[in-house]
Amino acid sequence: MGGWGALGDRTRRAIVECLAQRPRAVGELADELPVSRPAVSQHLKVLKDAGLVSERAVGTRRIYRLNPSGVAALRDQLDTFWNRALAGYQDVVEEPEEERS
Amino acid sequence: MTQAATAVVRRQIVVAAPIERAFAVFTERFGDFKPPEHNLLQVAIAATVFEPHVGGHIYDRGVDGSECRWARILAYEPPDRVVFSWDIGPQWQIETEPANTSEVEVRFVAETPQRTRVELEHRDIDRHGPGWQSVSDGVADDAGWPLYLARYAALVAEGS
Repeated sequence: MGGWGALGDRTRRAIVECLAQRPRAVGELADELPVSRPAVSQHLKVLKDAGLVSERAVGTRRIYRLNPSGVAALRDQLDTFWNRALAGYQDVVEEPEEERS
Repeated sequence: MTQAATAVVRRQIVVAAPIERAFAVFTERFGDFKPPEHNLLQVAIAATVFEPHVGGHIYDRGVDGSECRWARILAYEPPDRVVFSWDIGPQWQIETEPANTSEVEVRFVAETPQRTRVELEHRDIDRHGPGWQSVSDGVADDAGWPLYLARYAALVAEGS
């Protein structure tokens, strides 16, 4: 699932908004949001796979933050853009030839 | 995932059209098929113009006459190939520093006289990296991530 799909879920958007304020550990996110810690971990995995969030170990804790480069997220956005653009292009180029002024 | 893998988008499709028509439609009618959210103007787009020469631009003209030049034509070789820059930063703002822009190459290959393969490569996406840095520096600002997220959310809500 890419960045767009990853952000289609309300809980994941809430997690990203929390991480936009400052990096946090899983437990902190679970404390702030009405979801269980395992659920937070699952959502974080999706966000990480989509390139929106990165993690690093601090002592025994894992701290999550928004991906500072975000290139993967941008790539995903462009991937979706071109997917839609080329689908539209195919429709236009294959429509019957008509007189154009 | 390597940096290279994250910095390129490759797409290809085969269309039922001769190569000349495939090239002409792509360049002359870009505004007819690009997704409508691709608009940096404050108003609706009246026309998207693809200037058919190296050094030209792709620009959107709004219904109020305002213009947004968001690409520079880097190669124009009908009916085989076109290359243009992508001067749109991660925050959907015009990127004025060429070193921070990516580029799009589109190749047209005739599979038969009536079928054309269109290969699109959007590369060097990581050149937009400096823009991302400023995005992450300004995460608390309305101009930073929240704006980008709002854009995401609107697109997601709109469906596909």
